[in-house]
Amino acid sequence: MLNVQSIDAYYGQAKILHGLSLNIQQGEVVALLGRNGAGKSTTMKSIIGIVPPRAGRITFRDREIAGIPTHSISQLGIGYVPEERRIFASLTVLENLEVGRQNAVDGLQPWTHERLFEIFPNLAERRNNLGGDMSGGEQQMLTIARTLMGNPWLLLLDEPSEGLAPVIVEQMAHTIQDLKKEGLTILISEQNLHFADLVADRAFIVEKGETRYEGTMVELESNEEVKDTYLAV
Amino acid sequence: MGFILAQALTGLSNAAALFLVASGLSIIFGVTRIVNFAHGSFYMLGAYIAYTTMSMLPGIIGFWASVAITGVAVGLIGVVVELVVLRQVYKAPELFQLVATFGVILVVQDLALLTWGPEDLIGSRAPGLESVVYIMGEAIPEYDLAIIALTPVVLFAIWYLFNRTRWGILVRAATEDREMVGALGVNQSWLFTGVFFLGSLLAGVGGAIQLPKGGADLLMDFSILSAVFVVVVIGGMGSIPGAFIAALIISELNVFGVQLLHQSTLVLMFVVMALVLIVRPWGLLGKPEKPGQHGQVGELARPIAIMPTRGKWLFAAMLVLLALLPVLDDSFLLVLMADIIIFSLFATSLHFLMGPGGMVSFGHAAYFGGGAYAAALSVKYMGAPMEIAIMIAPLIAGCLAIIIGWFCVRLSGVYLAMLTLAFAQVLWSIVFQWGEVTGGDDGILGIWPSEWASDGVVFYYLVLVVGSAGILLIRHVLHSPFGYGVRAGRDSFVRSEAIGINVKLMQWMAFAFAGALAGLAGGLYVFAKGSIFPDEMEIARSFDALIMVLLGGVKTLSGPFVGASTFTLLQDWLSRFEYWRLVLGSMIILLVILFPQGLVGFARDKFGRLINVRGEDHA
Ligand SMILES: Nc1ncnc2c1ncn2[C@@H]1O[C@H](COP(=O)(O)OP(=O)(O)OP(=O)(O)O)[C@@H](O)[C@H]1O
Ligand SMILES: [Mg+2]
Repeated sequence: MLNVQSIDAYYGQAKILHGLSLNIQQGEVVALLGRNGAGKSTTMKSIIGIVPPRAGRITFRDREIAGIPTHSISQLGIGYVPEERRIFASLTVLENLEVGRQNAVDGLQPWTHERLFEIFPNLAERRNNLGGDMSGGEQQMLTIARTLMGNPWLLLLDEPSEGLAPVIVEQMAHTIQDLKKEGLTILISEQNLHFADLVADRAFIVEKGETRYEGTMVELESNEEVKDTYLAV
Repeated sequence: MGFILAQALTGLSNAAALFLVASGLSIIFGVTRIVNFAHGSFYMLGAYIAYTTMSMLPGIIGFWASVAITGVAVGLIGVVVELVVLRQVYKAPELFQLVATFGVILVVQDLALLTWGPEDLIGSRAPGLESVVYIMGEAIPEYDLAIIALTPVVLFAIWYLFNRTRWGILVRAATEDREMVGALGVNQSWLFTGVFFLGSLLAGVGGAIQLPKGGADLLMDFSILSAVFVVVVIGGMGSIPGAFIAALIISELNVFGVQLLHQSTLVLMFVVMALVLIVRPWGLLGKPEKPGQHGQVGELARPIAIMPTRGKWLFAAMLVLLALLPVLDDSFLLVLMADIIIFSLFATSLHFLMGPGGMVSFGHAAYFGGGAYAAALSVKYMGAPMEIAIMIAPLIAGCLAIIIGWFCVRLSGVYLAMLTLAFAQVLWSIVFQWGEVTGGDDGILGIWPSEWASDGVVFYYLVLVVGSAGILLIRHVLHSPFGYGVRAGRDSFVRSEAIGINVKLMQWMAFAFAGALAGLAGGLYVFAKGSIFPDEMEIARSFDALIMVLLGGVKTLSGPFVGASTFTLLQDWLSRFEYWRLVLGSMIILLVILFPQGLVGFARDKFGRLINVRGEDHA
């Protein structure tokens, strides 16, 4: 579904991604693992077009998307959930969802408020609250729900478990499993191997802006050497 | 009692146009982060277009249809400006976009002159609302009442649009985080265009409904702009209800102020603004602008190195060239070069504030004009000789900057900039209205240099020596501990405070220093011209300085000089043509689109050091 082929990405003059590659098949949940500053968030920003790659190719459902504007990439069916959540603080929950709403791309069952509130029951109670007044966990739910309103095929989730209490992290893992059952394809960036174990089928490991390892979660679990080299803190 | 009520109603009806224009400005700023200086021009166009449509469409329906048509027409003009000019420069530094809007002001002024001629136009009264009603024995024009009734309707319509429609929700979201809105699949460009349409439409409607009350003239653009800025500063940037309340306060103040203190309504406006800002620095309903947030007008300049030996040689070579200029025996050239040197000093002082200081001033003419008036007044009333007068100029200008700076450094970014403009307008209005002392519109004439300097060549040398000394002093200060402190404060407020720098104090001192040197330039200017008029303190003069700095490039020290030379030469050359504003405005717009880094920045980026040399001695 998504194919990233040796992309380079920069912030100004600083080269962050050095020929990074990865791929995701339809219906998979793939984890993007790596330490602090490895380039996980930058990879996601490159895919969605916020930090367009200066070299390499990105194809999504057989279309070249590198270099086209962010909003067009989003309209093609890629939903981006940023690490910093970026809730619209002065908008209510319902208004935040409205900003994310897009017509469903062919062949998907469109997301409605009702369906979202089933998956995120907390949001239902707080639908008229301001985004800025919500707790960290609720904001994380809202940012995912907001992106789902765009009816994406592929969801880019940047460290959804970061900064959340353990109970909420567990809840988040269930949510992601639910979304997978709904047929979504998900790329999730994580530092927390345990969390990735709960949700992902396969993993890529990034280090200094390059893909260093690729394998199923099962293979990765048994590969102590790789875990020690790239993931141990 | 009836009288007071009548006055209050007049104030309310005046508030309508002010509110419409101010809310349009606020809306455009909120999303695009552009302070659209051309907003006053849209208001002016509204009045003119309404004049034409109303004369073509008779009757009650014709009148109100004209208002609507005018709104749409001005909205479309706004869209054209957005598409043709601003869309080209969204990627440029935010400040630079301002210069483009200055260009638009000039172009619109001449287009209006071309289309409607130089005479003031008087709008006919609104059909069906020509008479007056008597309330408590006082005659109130029906039209005023109609406008008073209209204002809440507009307020509600705007509220509805922003809170109950998808478009409005998207706009509010974009005001907070444009990039995220894009990542959610919304094409921001069209959102921007839509916002420009709405904002311009509101300004156009404001001009149209004001027509029967005040007519249309070519000065409307700047005169509404200062009132609108005061309204936006008091109400809070980006707040529509704030704009509404502030427009009411200012309009009522004007109406009652005239009764109390005939001439000083504008001063009264300032006192209220100052009071509001002491209590609420972000305006009545505004929110603080977080440092580093998108939309800060200030931009980070690259660290300015101590002038390399090469640079010193260039500077020296240029001084020698300038010193040799009288050899050519061309007195016009000397006058022009003296102007360029004076404006270079003026622009360099603004550059000090904007680049290293990180504080943008939209009202730097206050200190230039303040110095000029201080010099002129000391000659006129104390018989001071030129030497003393030129020394008094920076002192008084510095004192003004100390007072104004005290208010301004409490704010940052665009709030600070708007406030500087509002204060500059206050000074201008004092000079303008206090005719007994300042000569008002007639200015002060006959301020000539001392006997020894009365020769053109000698005076040129005087300007050269004082002007370059001023510029060198600014450079020197930049590399003093004080200069480093100022820059450290700009780059990281928190860190500087942590290492014991009192950032606000530094900024305040920088403000005073920049003001004093602008005053010095003003002092030289009076003696160069032999006279001074309130124009030298006007918004247009402040804008000239901004154009010079930005045209040259904020990031380079030679920028102000290159900018001042380019601008002065262009203006000198173009002022021979009848429609020079049109040409100058178009050229400014073109320059902005072609050289978003400024002239020197462009030269440096494109041709590296090679052209930098040429860029330096170009002037
Ligand atoms: N806006 C930026 N400007 C400049 N450099 C940046 C910017 N954002 C990130 N970087 C740098 O790019 C590198 C990769 O950052 P990135 O955010 O992609 O890492 P990450 O893997 O997501 O890390 P984390 O686990 O901390 O989120 C880091 O060295 C970081 O310092
Ligand atoms: Mg990250």
